[in-house]
Amino acid sequence: MIQNEMSRRRLLGLGVGLGAAATLTLAGCGGGSSTKGSTAAGNGGKDYTGPKVDLKLWNGFTGGDGDIFKKLVEQFNSEHQNIAVSVITYEWQDYYSKLPGAVTSGNGPDIAVMHMDQLATFAARGVITELDDVAKALELSEGDFAPTVWKGGIYHDKRYGIPLDMHPMGFYYNKAVMQKGGLDPNKPPTTKDEFTAALTELKKAGVQGFWVSPFQFTGGMTFYSLLHQWGGTLFDADVAKATFNSDPAVEACTWLVDLIKQGFSPANVGQDADYLALKSGKNAFNFNGIWQINDLKKSPSVQWGVAPLPQIGSQKATWANSHNFTIVKQRSADNNKVSGAKVFINWLSQHSLDWAKGGQIPARKEVREGAEFKALPEISALAPELEYAAFPPAAPGLGEVMTTFYNAFNEAALGKKSPKQALDDGVNKANKQLEDNRKKYGN
Amino acid sequence: MADVIEVGAARGDAPPPAGRNRRRGATQRGHRATPYLFLAPYLVLFLVFGLAPIVFGVWISLHQWDLQLPNRPFIGLENYRDLFSSDSADYADWWSSVRATAIFTVLSVPLLVVVPLGLALLLNEKFPGRTFFRAAFFAPYVLGVAVIGLLWRFLLDANLGLVNRLLGAFGLPADTPWVTDVPWAWVSLVGVTVWWTCGFNAVIYLAGLQDIPAELYEAAKVDGASAWDRFRHVTLPGLRPVLLFVLTTTILASANVFGQSFLITQGAPGEQTRTVVWRIVDEGLRNYDVGQASAMSVLFALLLAVVSIVNFRLFRYRED
Repeated sequence: MIQNEMSRRRLLGLGVGLGAAATLTLAGCGGGSSTKGSTAAGNGGKDYTGPKVDLKLWNGFTGGDGDIFKKLVEQFNSEHQNIAVSVITYEWQDYYSKLPGAVTSGNGPDIAVMHMDQLATFAARGVITELDDVAKALELSEGDFAPTVWKGGIYHDKRYGIPLDMHPMGFYYNKAVMQKGGLDPNKPPTTKDEFTAALTELKKAGVQGFWVSPFQFTGGMTFYSLLHQWGGTLFDADVAKATFNSDPAVEACTWLVDLIKQGFSPANVGQDADYLALKSGKNAFNFNGIWQINDLKKSPSVQWGVAPLPQIGSQKATWANSHNFTIVKQRSADNNKVSGAKVFINWLSQHSLDWAKGGQIPARKEVREGAEFKALPEISALAPELEYAAFPPAAPGLGEVMTTFYNAFNEAALGKKSPKQALDDGVNKANKQLEDNRKKYGN
Repeated sequence: MADVIEVGAARGDAPPPAGRNRRRGATQRGHRATPYLFLAPYLVLFLVFGLAPIVFGVWISLHQWDLQLPNRPFIGLENYRDLFSSDSADYADWWSSVRATAIFTVLSVPLLVVVPLGLALLLNEKFPGRTFFRAAFFAPYVLGVAVIGLLWRFLLDANLGLVNRLLGAFGLPADTPWVTDVPWAWVSLVGVTVWWTCGFNAVIYLAGLQDIPAELYEAAKVDGASAWDRFRHVTLPGLRPVLLFVLTTTILASANVFGQSFLITQGAPGEQTRTVVWRIVDEGLRNYDVGQASAMSVLFALLLAVVSIVNFRLFRYRED
């Protein structure tokens, strides 16, 4: 029985491989002059004229963004008689663990929404297909997006994701608390000097103004941002070695940890406590994800504002990630489905203004520069960050390595190790993990 | 399953003629098959969902196995060797998670065996509102780990949580890092787990207590045994099989701790409260290294099997 199971799985694996190869070849031809083969009923995403297709789409939009997404899909379905997209939503964490198994067993979706930092992993694992022809046919290029977002969808010189949006960190400030400290609530600090001056004023008024969380959300991401502001990087250019113990990294980490030592932040900040403290008037400043805008809007009693992150280091930088559309490889490639999926991706990309209302910055430049987007004040306030956002690098298997990075910061922020020691230990471990990844995924 | 029946019937009657004959044949000579027929449903379930996954898991653990990557080379015991050689990336993580799990188990099991026993003894007495208290102590158990995890994470928060505020109100230190530093994190995790699950063990003890014949207590009383004597010489021996059950299942349940530390301490500080099951889940479902995760599972299962065997031995020894 186990033998049977084995050979079935081997066969299956082979099937995926062959199917993938077939898709690639077909996709390669599909991009240029229109249909030679009668089955290929698409032209890379402009329109679809074939028989009706049902498409399954997986995403992880479980928050308020989920409803907006579903409404958009409904609108798409009503405008396209021959394409029916059905949406299946999981928590992101479940989502990424379910997807590979589902694809292997043939129950995977046709379209998958994926974070930019997952693209390389899933591309290397053969879960998703190349989309260069979509970009070409839709005449999408770097100029239509922010370069950082556009380049993030590339792995081994091939495009795997069409960016939908980007979500950076923003600088949230509680106006009431700022007033309490005698600060101008409409002038959030923008530089290191202004920032520390404001913290000093707040401390005088008995407020710990910037709670440093030791956890990934959001202290780890804050450190990530500052590390780039100091001019450091997480990894070297080939993502072969971890570099987050470089001098700039240690300086950035020390600066954050010192905020705790100097009493600007309480010690032992719990998960979400930094944000809850901001909301309840105990904390003045918080670096947090753009997704909190919608949450804050639900609390009309809180007087708050949001701005790009202040420049603490020598340059501007912020943590950011991006949702991308991908097309999932199937055991038996159905070109009609692939064509339908491309039409959907293109359509939704064009309608990303509506998506912006869900609390994301549209990746598409024309949408981002339109008047309607600018009418969303909080979200468009963070749009300038797109130019200097530090996206995670494109290398497969980075999830585990990033955990190591965040845990190193955790140990430093909790005072278990000095910043230098914590980051050195983290880099040692990360290098082993990167080595393992290289063995596993090849170069 | 179908195979088992076919074989049994065929043996019972070589050429299968008319239906009636065949049936009679089966009842006459087929009695050897009867126990197997009764066993069959469970046996099939066991084979499909018990044995096969175990064997398959061991097989996977000998490979560099990834759900997507096309080649899954056989690498023998390399996955196991990685867990024992300090130069592998997994080594430190693995043993730190074993250590975390051991600490949690050693701290929580005595409490989870003793506290519910006391509770059950109390709830076994007759007093007004007994049913209410029984329900009240059992209630937390019905909550999911996600609920109790979130709940206690906020209650235990060092700077905003109710626990520290209450302590402060009584003049006690109000800045204990309940979820971000050891040993406090262990106190929190064990405390929450006892609060959450002690109702379940209490219910099992209660059932056991009600099986002890009342005459034994009466006879003991007549002989002048004190309450403590009665507990030692009547209650405890009467509960022995229940105790063994509770102890064994509690050890296994505590060793499988995952949700509490995942949600409440998030492994902090560093990875000190990251447990084995969490590690296995991460390795298999986040890094997709199913081979390594299987090797961890197999090793962990062996460890627990040894603990359970020792446990059974100890109890049998006492009984002799």
